[in-house]
Amino acid sequence: MKIGILVNEGPYTHQASDSAYQFAVAALKAGHKVTRVFFYHDGVYNGSSLTEPPRDDRLIVERWGKLAAQYEVDLVVCVAAALRRGIREQNLAEGFRISGLGQLVEAGIQNDRLVVFGD
Amino acid sequence: MSAEDGDTPGVIKRFLFVNRKAPYGTIYALEALEVVLISAAFDQDVSLAFLDDGVYQVLAGNDPSGIGMKNFSPTYRALDDYDITKLYVERESLQERGLPEDGFVVPVSVVSRAEMAAIMSQQDVVLSF
Repeated sequence: MKIGILVNEGPYTHQASDSAYQFAVAALKAGHKVTRVFFYHDGVYNGSSLTEPPRDDRLIVERWGKLAAQYEVDLVVCVAAALRRGIREQNLAEGFRISGLGQLVEAGIQNDRLVVFGD
Repeated sequence: MSAEDGDTPGVIKRFLFVNRKAPYGTIYALEALEVVLISAAFDQDVSLAFLDDGVYQVLAGNDPSGIGMKNFSPTYRALDDYDITKLYVERESLQERGLPEDGFVVPVSVVSRAEMAAIMSQQDVVLSF
């Protein structure tokens, strides 16, 4: 099955980002294709390269990037939401790209499922 | 407005945008509306649902000037220009908040919780904000 994912909350503050990641891993390991993860609202902070958690904590931003590289997942940060919150190309983490909301609508059209993780 | 690269011509899916948050206090309602407007460029079958505190989004008379926010109620009236006319408001959510079943900024259908569930089950894509 082809799956798209929408993440609406920032890392560390909210469980949504962790749940989305864990769901993506489980889906990929079960043989499904996760084509795109779209980050919206505070979810755009998942793509900030400036993130630096304490050493004993999980690396939310980095693990998204690794997942994308391993399984060819398209990580898209919404440009309008990102600019509002100070995320731009200069501080965009590896594996992410910035694009428009059309990429979210397209993910809904082209996948069998669009799974939303938010508040 | 034109669809971005990778648009899939010919595929029309039923999109439902579920609005559950109050219009002000958080940015969810405003940014949800931005997605709805973009979806119009993709020629999809778009509906909007308003439930929980989301019912306040389409109430007439919102005036957030006192908190320094821009009133985006007029944007809901623009939906008609994009052929987005299926707006559903949940009756129980209105009742729970002591709100009447009229006095909205745009024409809406007030439906029961059971009817809302049926509407949701008919969709291909449900986005909740």
